[in-house]
Amino acid sequence: MILVIPIIVLLLGGCSCWLSASKRFVVCRWIALVAMLAGLVVFSSLAMTYRGGVNGTAWLIDYRVNWIPAIGISFHIALDGLSLILQLLTYFLGTLAVLCSWTEIRQRTGFYFFNLLATIAGISGVFIAMDLFLFYFFWELMLVPMYFLIAIWGDSNRRYASYKFFIFTQAGGLLMLLAILALYFIHGQQTGAYSFGYFDLLQTTIQPSAARWIMSGFLVAFLVKLPMVPLHNWLPDAHSEAPTAGSLILAGLLLKTGAYGILRFVLTLFPEQAAAIASWAMLMGVIGIIYGALLAFAQTDIKRLIAYTSVSHMGFVLLGIFSFREIALQGVVMQMLAHGISTGALFLLAGMLKERLHTREINKMGGLWTLMPAMGGAAMLFTMASLGLPMLGNFIAEFLVLLGTFQVNSTLTTIASIGLVLAAVYSLRMMQSVFLGPLAISGTYRDLSLREWVIIAVLSCSIVVLGLYPQPVMDLVKAALNNIIHHSSGGI
Amino acid sequence: MSELQFQAILPFVLLAASSIVVILLIAFRQRHTVIQVTGFLMMCLVVFTMWQVRTVLPRALPPLFLVDGFAAIFTGMIVFSVLVVGLFSFVYFEEREENPREYYILLFLATLGGAVLTISKHFLSFFLALELLSVGLYALVGYLRYRNNAIEAGMKYLILAALSSAFLLFGMALVYMETGSMDFAFIVQRLAATRPANSVLFIMGISIMLVAVGFKLALVPFHLWAADVYQGAPAPVTAFIATSSKIAVFAVLLRLSQQIGLQQFPVFTTIFSIVAIASMITGNFLALQQQNVKRLLAYSSIAHFGYLLVAFLPGNTAGVEATIFYLSSYSITLLSALGVITVMSTRERDAEDIADYRGLFWRYPALAAVLSIALFSLAGIPLTAGFLAKFFVLAAGVQANLWLPVTVLVLASVVSLYFYLRIISTLFADAPAAEERKHTLHPFFHFATYATLWVMLFLLCWLGVFPGMFLAVVRDFLLLR
Repeated sequence: MILVIPIIVLLLGGCSCWLSASKRFVVCRWIALVAMLAGLVVFSSLAMTYRGGVNGTAWLIDYRVNWIPAIGISFHIALDGLSLILQLLTYFLGTLAVLCSWTEIRQRTGFYFFNLLATIAGISGVFIAMDLFLFYFFWELMLVPMYFLIAIWGDSNRRYASYKFFIFTQAGGLLMLLAILALYFIHGQQTGAYSFGYFDLLQTTIQPSAARWIMSGFLVAFLVKLPMVPLHNWLPDAHSEAPTAGSLILAGLLLKTGAYGILRFVLTLFPEQAAAIASWAMLMGVIGIIYGALLAFAQTDIKRLIAYTSVSHMGFVLLGIFSFREIALQGVVMQMLAHGISTGALFLLAGMLKERLHTREINKMGGLWTLMPAMGGAAMLFTMASLGLPMLGNFIAEFLVLLGTFQVNSTLTTIASIGLVLAAVYSLRMMQSVFLGPLAISGTYRDLSLREWVIIAVLSCSIVVLGLYPQPVMDLVKAALNNIIHHSSGGI
Repeated sequence: MSELQFQAILPFVLLAASSIVVILLIAFRQRHTVIQVTGFLMMCLVVFTMWQVRTVLPRALPPLFLVDGFAAIFTGMIVFSVLVVGLFSFVYFEEREENPREYYILLFLATLGGAVLTISKHFLSFFLALELLSVGLYALVGYLRYRNNAIEAGMKYLILAALSSAFLLFGMALVYMETGSMDFAFIVQRLAATRPANSVLFIMGISIMLVAVGFKLALVPFHLWAADVYQGAPAPVTAFIATSSKIAVFAVLLRLSQQIGLQQFPVFTTIFSIVAIASMITGNFLALQQQNVKRLLAYSSIAHFGYLLVAFLPGNTAGVEATIFYLSSYSITLLSALGVITVMSTRERDAEDIADYRGLFWRYPALAAVLSIALFSLAGIPLTAGFLAKFFVLAAGVQANLWLPVTVLVLASVVSLYFYLRIISTLFADAPAAEERKHTLHPFFHFATYATLWVMLFLLCWLGVFPGMFLAVVRDFLLLR
């Protein structure tokens, strides 16, 4: 039950934001902030409670009520270490998203915060839904408000970007729905009990030929979200056109739902088939790493540049997942956290720059360090994180992924590590042309305000802590990852 | 006729009586308001009676009618739609040039035709009810007779519907010639007893009858009237055509197919698959660049009936349940959308241009919320009834291993997202300055219209989240067959 409360709080908070905004729009920001913080507190306390894990099982909390019993749909949510850590990330970034929209959004504030909170509610639900129908439900629930965030508060090309985002994701989602239905009927015909429950469906034995099709249905949905090259097409547009909080949520959270889906559903429901395509998936991951890095280097729009670095970083996730090694999966989880924080921070900084300079063009910036030293320092830190400097979270993540995959496929791992070099190239180019060099603009610009200081400080602390002492995260997810490995052990 | 039989047919008698009551009220020169309220109460009475007499079902009234749970559900859906259409009609026709009172006679007669279609189990009642429905609609479509589009739409509908009735009669004649029976249930028995099952005349007869059905449901390739008629007809009439009339015809198609066992014939399943696929693709692609909202809804309805056929194809109970859920959620959705169009329409013209809706959300948030949720429901996004409806249809298709139609359904819905999103993003675009609209009517009727829209919105979300109760009622009624 405790798992449902944050989601309900978010939805109620969203509605009251919407209603209260017509009278005093200041109130709705506080409502949104409080709703997010409430979720953060709940999951932090859960994390403290379960930091040692529960003996014997990976599942910490399990809650289930019937929803549409006639066709075997239940409201079944459960929490394991993996879900818990992703929930923490969700509410952490959600709080920051509210904070960073504090002054940026001046029009239609109430409806904006409603959409923001609804998106977070959907994402939060995706990470705990253990009924495939419910999962699909949340999967779509996060889509519509995100569409509105892009389509209403986005930049000049927002219509195009929002259509593209919606249609790509929905196409993947519908194919997943077909796959879910096929799995449901196969399970029902085998056992006589029709159910959408994840734990029931785990017991299904499927003909290999059918399983291949069903798995590809799931995989398409998740790979669009992840995104894997060549399904990444929506990402640069959506990221660059979205408002700052939208980019933060897209990069920090929405992409993680794809990785989570592969870990939770594809690997465990279809172990043999996943193993059969593993080498191809790893290859696509490596292509993503290199391709994303090269394209990031070529961008002149700062948000597009950061968006392409996401493509590159998510390549590591794909590579790690399909190596089926525990150490690589640890790396994948770390990458999900570290990428959420570092790329989220970069998007925030880009948003702050845009708020001040009203442009995203790198060519129109330059030498900003002299005007805004604090922001320059912060940008330096997160750029270093993004390129994988030791001591910061991303280094641990990428190192673990490469370590795990090296035992499986040394060639691909070697090529993937070139990605780290390329990361240094594009990151330093961005740093160089935005903050260093001769000053390209005139006028006075404010450095970080107190609110922005708080946001950046919190993010900086977390990325450093993740880099220096990642052990708590690993302890928390260890049981959950073992569980996944165990289910997919047929594959190794 | 025994007392029980009379009880079973009572709702239909009441429905017929309601048009007579309206005629009498007009004869005594009652005002529009009185007629409206009386009509509303009569419709409520019909639904209430239907609910009361469900215990005596199923009851056959040989040779023409069979009143069973199946018919009760479909009649309930039809009358519910007419209730809502009637409510919208008041604000609409009160502001128009034509005398609004005779409109209700035609509306109730057409409803009677639709309701009788659901209980007919004989070619004779089938044809008579269909004609009653069509004749009412000819006049309703062209009701605003000084408008160019209305006349065009009325003529188009008249000629094509008459043609399709001729087809229907010809098909019936062929089947009768081959089997010697006009009762749905006896046709197959006779056929099995006397002729080979794949008798050419029989298959041809049924196929020709299906032309008429396809015309009424606006399935490809009989869809050419849909856009013009939707556009030309007054908005409430469009709502009636899109919901009640199609529900009724689909009910008779379902009954015919169940009694004859249409899905046992491979040739018919092939025909229906092709028609379904063609409708899904054609409807959605024609809607892509459409700038007129009513025409767009027409094309989207072509596609939606294509989706519906996917649930019809397996010919099993799951399919029937999916069909009923789909039809009810679809009619609620369309009634909400057309309700918004009705409210937005001005005295001179219907609000059918997409530009009329620009920035609606910032001017009239309630109307825009209803319209966008209705569009999300049409697109099949969760939290709305449209999603579960599509889900049940997909489930029925997947269960019967109809992979081709199901895949086309999924891809076609992805295409359809584009034009639904196009309207939705228009609703939320930056608004032009809001012009003040003058309301000449008593505020109560505006309140009633808005209240109806809110109820529809609530129903859409409720069915989308908690369909359990509705499904249970449907199952109860279906067991009464």
